[in-house]
Amino acid sequence: MEQVLVTPKPRRLSLAGSLLPEGFLLLAGLLLFYAMPEDLGFATRILIGGLFALSLDLVLGYAGIVTLGHAAMFGVGAYAAGIFAIQVSGEPFLGLAVGAVAGAIVAAGSGVLVLRSHGLTSVMITLAIAQLLAEVASKWRSLTGGDDGLSGIAMSPLLGRFEFDFLGQTGFFYALTVLVLSFAVLRRLVRSPFGLTCVGIREDRERMAALGCRVNRHLTIVYAIGGAIAGIAGALSAQITQVVGLTSLGFAHSAEVLVMLVLGGTGRLWGALAGTLVFMVVHHFAAAVDPFRWMFVIGALLLVVVLFMRGGITGALLMVMRSHSRSVK
Amino acid sequence: MGLIASIIIDSVAYGMVLFVISIGLSITLGLMGFVNLAHGVFAMAGGYGAAWLMRTYGWSYELAALAAVALVALLAWPLQRLLYSRLQDRSDLDQVLFTIGLVFVGIAGMGVMFGNAITPLPLPEYLQGSVDLSFRVIPTQRIAAVVVGVLVLVALMWLLERTRFGIETRAAVEDADAARALGIRTARVYVMGFSLGAGLAALGGVIGAELLPLEPYYPLKYLVVLLAVVAVGGVGSPLGLFASALLLGTVETAAKYLVPSMSSIFFFATMLAVLAWRPAGLFGRAH
Repeated sequence: MEQVLVTPKPRRLSLAGSLLPEGFLLLAGLLLFYAMPEDLGFATRILIGGLFALSLDLVLGYAGIVTLGHAAMFGVGAYAAGIFAIQVSGEPFLGLAVGAVAGAIVAAGSGVLVLRSHGLTSVMITLAIAQLLAEVASKWRSLTGGDDGLSGIAMSPLLGRFEFDFLGQTGFFYALTVLVLSFAVLRRLVRSPFGLTCVGIREDRERMAALGCRVNRHLTIVYAIGGAIAGIAGALSAQITQVVGLTSLGFAHSAEVLVMLVLGGTGRLWGALAGTLVFMVVHHFAAAVDPFRWMFVIGALLLVVVLFMRGGITGALLMVMRSHSRSVK
Repeated sequence: MGLIASIIIDSVAYGMVLFVISIGLSITLGLMGFVNLAHGVFAMAGGYGAAWLMRTYGWSYELAALAAVALVALLAWPLQRLLYSRLQDRSDLDQVLFTIGLVFVGIAGMGVMFGNAITPLPLPEYLQGSVDLSFRVIPTQRIAAVVVGVLVLVALMWLLERTRFGIETRAAVEDADAARALGIRTARVYVMGFSLGAGLAALGGVIGAELLPLEPYYPLKYLVVLLAVVAVGGVGSPLGLFASALLLGTVETAAKYLVPSMSSIFFFATMLAVLAWRPAGLFGRAH
């Protein structure tokens, strides 16, 4: 964690250059579409998982807030969007906004408690808030459907034209668009002075405070932004799958997204996306394996990454590329 | 009257079990600053170990319990030396990830070996009955848990206040560098504290098997409860931990008796309220 992962680029990038990564992501998404036309539901889950992992990367990878309860924001966003669709309006974009606001509110509210404590206490509070919300969702049956989950979500056609179809094509492109847009926003955010300040706080909190940065306020804002994006991911999931279950708030969900991010590499937006892809594809094909063996795989992966592969997949790739270019010279 | 007595007895017994299990977590955190989320694995290993020894070798309850506790403490030694010490100076994140990884591996191991169902830990006859205290009949097992809890507290206080090991531990908690400069072998203090905490967790897993039943998801299921006890008690204070275990044990047990469907909500709300009021815990010192 010592090396600074984001370096400010002094030279100005041209418009094409600055849009290249987004174009690449869009292309990768289209490849995914053609790679598994039979299983678009799964492909869409990868996109939503990627967005969720991106939000965690902002909070944990860039700002250094360790959380084991990130599913709280995802789940609340999903429930908020689902309930909104049932009780108010089936308009998808309004639903996304509701999910984002719900996620941001949960994050900003819990951020007060999370950010003023340290280490174990802070981690425990993130975990406890997620569990508390899961308990509330499970008991408040009239609103959330309790253990049966929230169902009966009916969406209006997207932009008034595209129905959410049985094959999931509309859902896929909807999720892809939201993912690419969020990626574009996040990429600019982490390179902005705001994002660099986050990295500064992660690396040395006291020094940033001494430089006059209002550390807690800054962290609360970034936590709320992360919560809003996680809320959008949750809302997408609610709108596209049209059900919200209690597992969306569960600890396993928080742990899984953490594993995806760490596997891909923290502090790099590509890391979140690569980790999600690898994790979910492996999980998809290992789903037949019994849950204990799958758990063993996740646990062992975490141990290996922490002990031997700091920086995850993308970190290892970068290292290989760097040593290669050096040897070519 | 009967209800109140039941609540009090169960709360105290539950609090004692939580106390015994979470001491090790508090030691690891206070002494080494290590965020060890895998602590519940030691408690689970203690309970399962005792159950396994009783079933396969037909050992008596006491012998199996002692052997399981010793075994866990012994196994914790190389674990600290080889793995935990490597991560000592890493960030909280790395420690959290590493220990969550251990939790998953532990769950998978126990699940493959013992299956998904709850594994019973049969009690010896003299603990199965109940004692009649004229106003109330109390299960003997609960009394045994309370006795063990108090004994552990007294022994721990004596160990920390009166022995060489206690002095060295307190010095290492205050300032590890200065302690090293004075010739205290902090690495040895660390591994001894870690091993002691793991052994006590195993003991808690055995005596608490009635209240926290043994199942593969044990370390995950009770993770928040154990962390909450440590956070509310304040790091590095056995008395604070004791008070916090009693408080949270009472809240959860009382809520289970009175408003069963809301017990977890009450538990989390109490915990968040205490931490909102005192972020460093009841007896903790602010950093």
